[in-house]
Amino acid sequence: MTTLHTVAATGALKLSWLLLAFPLFGAVVLLLGGRRTNRWGHLLGVAMPVAAFVYGMIAFFTLLGDTDRSQDQHLYSWIPVAGLQVNMNLLVDQLSICFVLLITGVGSLIIIYSVGYMSHDRDRRRFFGYMNLFLAAMLLLVLGDNYLVLYVGWEGVGLASYLLIGFWQYKPSAAVAAKKAFIVNRVGDAGLTLAIFLMFAEFGTVSFSGVFGSVKSGGSGVATALGLLLLLGACGKSAQVPLQSWLLDAMEGPTPVSALIHAATMVTAGVYLLVRSNPILAVTPDARLAVVLVGTVTLLFGGIIACAKDDIKKSLAGSTMSQIGYMTLGAGLGPAGYVFAIALLLAHGFFKAGLFLGAGSVMHGMNDEVNMRRYGGLGRVMPITSVTFGLAYLAIIGIPPFSGFFTKDPIIGADFSEHGAAGKVLGTLALIGAGITAFYMTRMIFMTWYGKRRWEPEAHPHESPAVMTWPMIVLAIGSVGAGAFLILNDRLQKFLAPVVGVPPTSEGVFSTAGLVALAFALVGVALAWVMYGRVPVPAVAPRGRPLTVAARKDLYGDAFNESVLMRPGQWLTRLSVFFDNRGVDGLVNTLAAAVGGTSGRVRKLQTGFVRSYALSMFFGAAVLVALLLVVRL
Amino acid sequence: MSPIHYVALSVILFVIGGVGVLVRRNAIVVFMCIELMLNACNLAFVAFARMHGNLDGQVIAFFVMVVAAAEVVVGLAILMAIFRARRSASVDDANLLKY
Repeated sequence: MTTLHTVAATGALKLSWLLLAFPLFGAVVLLLGGRRTNRWGHLLGVAMPVAAFVYGMIAFFTLLGDTDRSQDQHLYSWIPVAGLQVNMNLLVDQLSICFVLLITGVGSLIIIYSVGYMSHDRDRRRFFGYMNLFLAAMLLLVLGDNYLVLYVGWEGVGLASYLLIGFWQYKPSAAVAAKKAFIVNRVGDAGLTLAIFLMFAEFGTVSFSGVFGSVKSGGSGVATALGLLLLLGACGKSAQVPLQSWLLDAMEGPTPVSALIHAATMVTAGVYLLVRSNPILAVTPDARLAVVLVGTVTLLFGGIIACAKDDIKKSLAGSTMSQIGYMTLGAGLGPAGYVFAIALLLAHGFFKAGLFLGAGSVMHGMNDEVNMRRYGGLGRVMPITSVTFGLAYLAIIGIPPFSGFFTKDPIIGADFSEHGAAGKVLGTLALIGAGITAFYMTRMIFMTWYGKRRWEPEAHPHESPAVMTWPMIVLAIGSVGAGAFLILNDRLQKFLAPVVGVPPTSEGVFSTAGLVALAFALVGVALAWVMYGRVPVPAVAPRGRPLTVAARKDLYGDAFNESVLMRPGQWLTRLSVFFDNRGVDGLVNTLAAAVGGTSGRVRKLQTGFVRSYALSMFFGAAVLVALLLVVRL
Repeated sequence: MSPIHYVALSVILFVIGGVGVLVRRNAIVVFMCIELMLNACNLAFVAFARMHGNLDGQVIAFFVMVVAAAEVVVGLAILMAIFRARRSASVDDANLLKY
């Protein structure tokens, strides 16, 4: 538990707006420049994120050398009204710089890879423009020093993901997936919006330092509400149960987009939000428990889905859900878990990007085939991809000394030591999750790289060009080394301590939980070998047991949304349409019809015969006179 | 002097005029009947003026005559126009302005 102390930015950090300016400039030029930027557009699209990464490295080393590592740069006063002061400030501290390096570093590698992957696409320039926009929005999200600036980046990420998932919008499935991602995210955004409203109502400020400073005195009810609302926001962006359904469909976008969404941007935003809001979570154990529950459910949910999918990208997407579930779980454990959540997030950035780029490389060579049952025996023909994929695989299932072992297992360990008996149950579930992770990843390995060749007759797989393999090699190095680098000697822990606090006890790397998790992982590997390595994989999926069928249908997540939310929603709209037509319109229309009908009958009196008018006047006058006489008498 | 006879004559003339307006079709005759009604009113006005011994009723009678003259000018002009257009002076034939 720490509060945020910042100082005004000095030195190189005064230019921290450059981080945003580079990708934003790229996006603006590429999206507004039109066709004349077609020829060199992708080069600019690569250069801008790389430039941002270089500046990020400079900022990082400046921070390392500085004693005051939380620097706030005031750009301009955004909303200066009485009672609410919102500044456009950029906060460069230990946490945001970690994210900046991940976003720009892994993002740059993915964008370099896209040069090869998207080389045949008509709209390559637009693609690079959107990618730059995505990075700019994500950087704004992590650099804002208050929740409102964060929210701008948050929405920007939502917009960019919508544009990129629906990049091939002529495919109806891609257009639908983009809409789905956007709408599901809106549900989460509503949580974040309400949280910001609540902060303003309760504390009169939305800046990190202001909110964190007054949250302790604000009462536990407010803190719990804030924690739960922020969790809802995080669920939307990070695809946690119950807002997980968009992530699997988001695979409709080009593969580099999937890599970017899953590794460097978007899904990490929810974890960032939770870790950044740690002073709020610190006050409210109830909200922390909810976070832990969501994380645990999601890590199992995603893992089970990943086990049954034959589509390599969807299987990886389930895996992302599961890994983000671990991070959320870590973020819910309090100071014991924040560091490991961030460590897993950084390591995950490397190995998941590596896995996705590997999958993209396979698809690139296999005429965009995604069905793993039509792969098999690709190890020989795509040696570089298979080795980098394999290294990332070892990292994700947590084999020492690869990065997953150092980053994921401590979360499981911390889980056991928290929350008493509930922690034991949740920890056991997390252990089972580790086994599931090993199972589906091994299944993917066997189905893709080993076994008989089950290719389509016209497939001629080949290794991808160097512009695609080099980013994968760099990511593979990161997957191997990142975990050990971050965790050994408590490097990341010491670095992040001013922001997220120090874990109470450190069990060391080879904790009991870690070794048990390793055992679970080995069991998963063995099981996958028995089912997919020892026996040949059928090219057409067998019917499968009920759980497999359910997992193929995303564990009925969509069916649930449809029957619980969509159908009643439709009924509601139909009811209101009915009420509108029959009730509101009916009243007005009846009145109009009554007036119209009456006048239609009355106007028949207008016969055109002057003498009949004269007669009626005569009678009228007679009646008037008679009445006057009656009144007089 | 009792005005009762004058008023009775006035009423008789007015009723003749009124019935004429209602039952006759020829526009000229309807017009004449309207004049009859106006003059019945004039008779009553003058009779009451005489009874009360002041000039108010006689002044009103002059006003009525002036208005009647103006009305005759406009009315006969309209009648001529209608007759020229339709070769008929019947008020029932001029019934186009209706629902």
